[in-house]
Amino acid sequence: MSGEPHRLDRPDRPWLIRTYSGHSTARASNELYRRNLAQGQTGLSIAFDLPTQTGYDCDHVLARGEVGKVGVSISHRGDMAELFDGIPLDAMNTSMTINATAPWLLALYIVAAEEHGIGPEAMRGTTQNDIIKEFLARGTYAFPPGPSMRLVADTIAYTVEHVPQWNPINICSYHLQEAGATPVQEIAFAIGNAIAVLDAVRDRVGGSEQKVAAVFGRISFFVNAGVRFVEEHAKIRAMALIWEELGRDRYGVSDPKLLRFRYGVQVNSLGLTEPQPENNVQRIVLEALAVTLGRDARARAIQLPAWNEALGLPRPWDQQWSLRIQQVLAFETDLLEYPDIFAGSVVMDGLVDELADGARAELAAIADRGGAVAAVGYMKAALVDSHRERIRRIEAGEQTVVGVNRFTGTAPSPLTADLDGGILVVDPALEAEQVRALAGWRAGRDDAGVQTALDGLRGAAAGDENIMVASLAAARAGVTTGEWAQALRDTFGDYRAPTGVGSASSTKPDADLKELRGEVDLLSESLGRRLKMLVGKPGLDGHSNGAEQIAVHARDAGFEVVYEGIRLTPAQIANSALQEGVHVVGLSILSGSHRDLIPEVIDALRERGVDVPVVVGGIIPDRDVGPLRAAGVAAVFTPKDFRFAEIMRQIVALVAERHRAQTVVG
Amino acid sequence: MSGAELGARLGRGDLAAAPEALNLLESTTPTARAGAAELIAAVSPAALGGEAPGHIVGLTGPPGVGKSTLVSALVAVWRGAGRSVAALVVDPSSKRSGGALLGDRVRISYDPADRGVFIRSTATAHRLGGLAPATRAAAQALAAAFDVVVVETVGVGQSETDVGDLADTVAVILQPGSGDTLQFLKSGIMEIPDLLVVTKADTGRPAQDTLREARAALRSVGSGDTPTVAVSGLPPPQGIDELAEALDAHRRSIDLAGRRVRGRRASAVSDYVTEHGEAGLRRLGGRRAVEAWLAKQPPSQDVPGLVSGLEGRAGLPVEAGEQTRDVFGANVRNTT
Repeated sequence: MSGEPHRLDRPDRPWLIRTYSGHSTARASNELYRRNLAQGQTGLSIAFDLPTQTGYDCDHVLARGEVGKVGVSISHRGDMAELFDGIPLDAMNTSMTINATAPWLLALYIVAAEEHGIGPEAMRGTTQNDIIKEFLARGTYAFPPGPSMRLVADTIAYTVEHVPQWNPINICSYHLQEAGATPVQEIAFAIGNAIAVLDAVRDRVGGSEQKVAAVFGRISFFVNAGVRFVEEHAKIRAMALIWEELGRDRYGVSDPKLLRFRYGVQVNSLGLTEPQPENNVQRIVLEALAVTLGRDARARAIQLPAWNEALGLPRPWDQQWSLRIQQVLAFETDLLEYPDIFAGSVVMDGLVDELADGARAELAAIADRGGAVAAVGYMKAALVDSHRERIRRIEAGEQTVVGVNRFTGTAPSPLTADLDGGILVVDPALEAEQVRALAGWRAGRDDAGVQTALDGLRGAAAGDENIMVASLAAARAGVTTGEWAQALRDTFGDYRAPTGVGSASSTKPDADLKELRGEVDLLSESLGRRLKMLVGKPGLDGHSNGAEQIAVHARDAGFEVVYEGIRLTPAQIANSALQEGVHVVGLSILSGSHRDLIPEVIDALRERGVDVPVVVGGIIPDRDVGPLRAAGVAAVFTPKDFRFAEIMRQIVALVAERHRAQTVVG
Repeated sequence: MSGAELGARLGRGDLAAAPEALNLLESTTPTARAGAAELIAAVSPAALGGEAPGHIVGLTGPPGVGKSTLVSALVAVWRGAGRSVAALVVDPSSKRSGGALLGDRVRISYDPADRGVFIRSTATAHRLGGLAPATRAAAQALAAAFDVVVVETVGVGQSETDVGDLADTVAVILQPGSGDTLQFLKSGIMEIPDLLVVTKADTGRPAQDTLREARAALRSVGSGDTPTVAVSGLPPPQGIDELAEALDAHRRSIDLAGRRVRGRRASAVSDYVTEHGEAGLRRLGGRRAVEAWLAKQPPSQDVPGLVSGLEGRAGLPVEAGEQTRDVFGANVRNTT
């Protein structure tokens, strides 16, 4: 630092500039990555498709409609090699959003690098590998909590020794905010999660103080930033404060370098709106400020969503716009020329203390429940409650969302006039091609070697050996993602996480809700049974917030709600609808696979003779609404339908209409 | 399809009739109630020429002990043995809205292509006793077609009484550290179950401790011979085969017809009391007199028949549809 304490001698280097991207095949994504790097992106952030994230091959029944949709489909080392073709892995910093199958994708990455003579010690990057938040909010878990935590611990223990520059876990508060967390909940649940991970790894590495300190230093975070950007900045400083306390007090870490709170960011998507989507650009800019303004709590890596995310999958140009936001911040503004601009700020210090105190109290509540793994049900219910409170405030106008509940008038928008061209569509023929390519891969392998490798995996899973060793052997033998996960499922079993809706408290009824309950009671009497609704999510998409809110609101309106949660096949949904005798079926999809899966559900219902209205909610582009209606969907709800009471009223009306029609006919 | 037809299909072992039969049994419109009475009559011991052959199993215990996980593991064992299974899962309704979240179904895993598994979630709809209004009628009807009918209810205490009236075998489920429940057992608040199950056996020591305490509690009330089983529904499942065998062994050991008859008579009393109160009992000379009269009725008489018999003796008006209304437990009557 120079003589002038308000300037730096030399501006800081910018954070890693990334875009969360990937779709279709390894080849298509490789082209995308090369283009992004040429545009000035300085790191890669890999989006995998849902089958890859949940450990299914593209030919599995649950993968239908999801292959290559929300990310790239990676089945084996050949795919991984193709994904990074021509990209030097020793010079690249690669972040992978991968959790349940993190040990596997890391093994494939290590093997892809070793094929180019690059050793693991030279590799830099991150595996997200945060399973607790998958149980809480994101839904791409594959195994029960106990074995899942062991896989997390194995990955960390392995990389600390063999891949020393790797960040083996990125503890995510990001998805907690997306699921409705308040700032205090975001801090406390993420730190509570980190404690569970650290305790698990401490046991795994033998518990010596030096090793535990090394592990502590490798833990990084993945944080969210909402549009209340002053408080959001304070939130990050509070997290850093509590993290340092934790390191010193609980794990005996004293090296300031190892105690530093390191984090990457994807800013908020929950607050991005479908109406007047151009407003999302200024929201994203402000959110980016929240994580860059103060030098002492600045992000190490940033990725920004696209302005039109609430409409569908963004196109390259949309992503480029978000990339340019980062570049303007980093290279045009004077942001990086100063020391911490909040040092000594009474407001900032006060906010930090307030949030840290709240988080400490919440951390105590988690500890009382036996730690984060045991407290998943508690945290889940708290998130569902917070999310509903947020919706209530927006519906009541207590929280302003510009273009949604205030200033809603708009001149015709040239940006959205051509909405059909406004989003990316994955080629529907791709899935079949991937399935054929996978069959080709299987045919070209040494089967005996594959069987030996799978036996080794099952042995390691059942025993105490670090799973990474057997996973690396399996990767080299040409094992596929689905085979790796199935070998582990054979040993660990399948798992469904608690949904959190059962224990969500009910809302205080206002006049609207009372009127709605009256309608539900009347209709129920006329039907002869209480109005019963099935709510479920077909496919592999684990973003269950919307479905959960529908379930809770329907219950509060007086419905009996069969909540089926995530990861259902069309046959399962149709079967449940038949067996449960429901009057209406509600489906939620955010992964873009609605065009494949919804008609399949409707066909399965027809096959079983279930004649009830089917309503669909999720990120459904306007142009898909017509085809869905034509396929037999009674109503489509998108993020612009944010008033749940209105959605419920429409559902009641649909059931009443169908009932009248059937009564007349019958 | 008429109630009589649906009942006849169940009587012939046609599992596909189950969804529509349940829709009818749960409905409260006058037409549906008449249809439900036909259905019940078509699966009554008189119509079937004996008690319905299915094994009605009641599983009950406090929330969170892992009942659904256990049902899921049992379904796998039963299906593995080629036995068809119907599961009736009961959850409480919200007092304020009348709505309910029925979230247990998702925890019972089965192959949707397998027609031998039927799962129905129901809400208590303000009814006390842990059962939904139609649960008893549903269990009886399904026992005509399915090899096993398992009824899962929430709660400990009063609810066992009701489950005991409808199930051939009642298992109370506890998890490690369920001291309160064992106190209920010792103090007589809770009925002695046919089987006591401790879940989460994978926790090892705590489960074994609770199992030991449970045995001690059973001995202290003179029921030391009640079987106890420790199980874990999580993979790898433990004790599930033993539990299935213990359930079967209990069923083999009982006088099935005798138990079902007692259950129907007890249900008739509780339905009559729900509808007409203690005053109604006094009109008939009190509970003992009622029980004495019921004991003299033909053993194959179904619950609605017994209730209307009592109403006739008490000089209470038996309206059209009244009999069928009682099939559900009297609470479904629209009192407004």
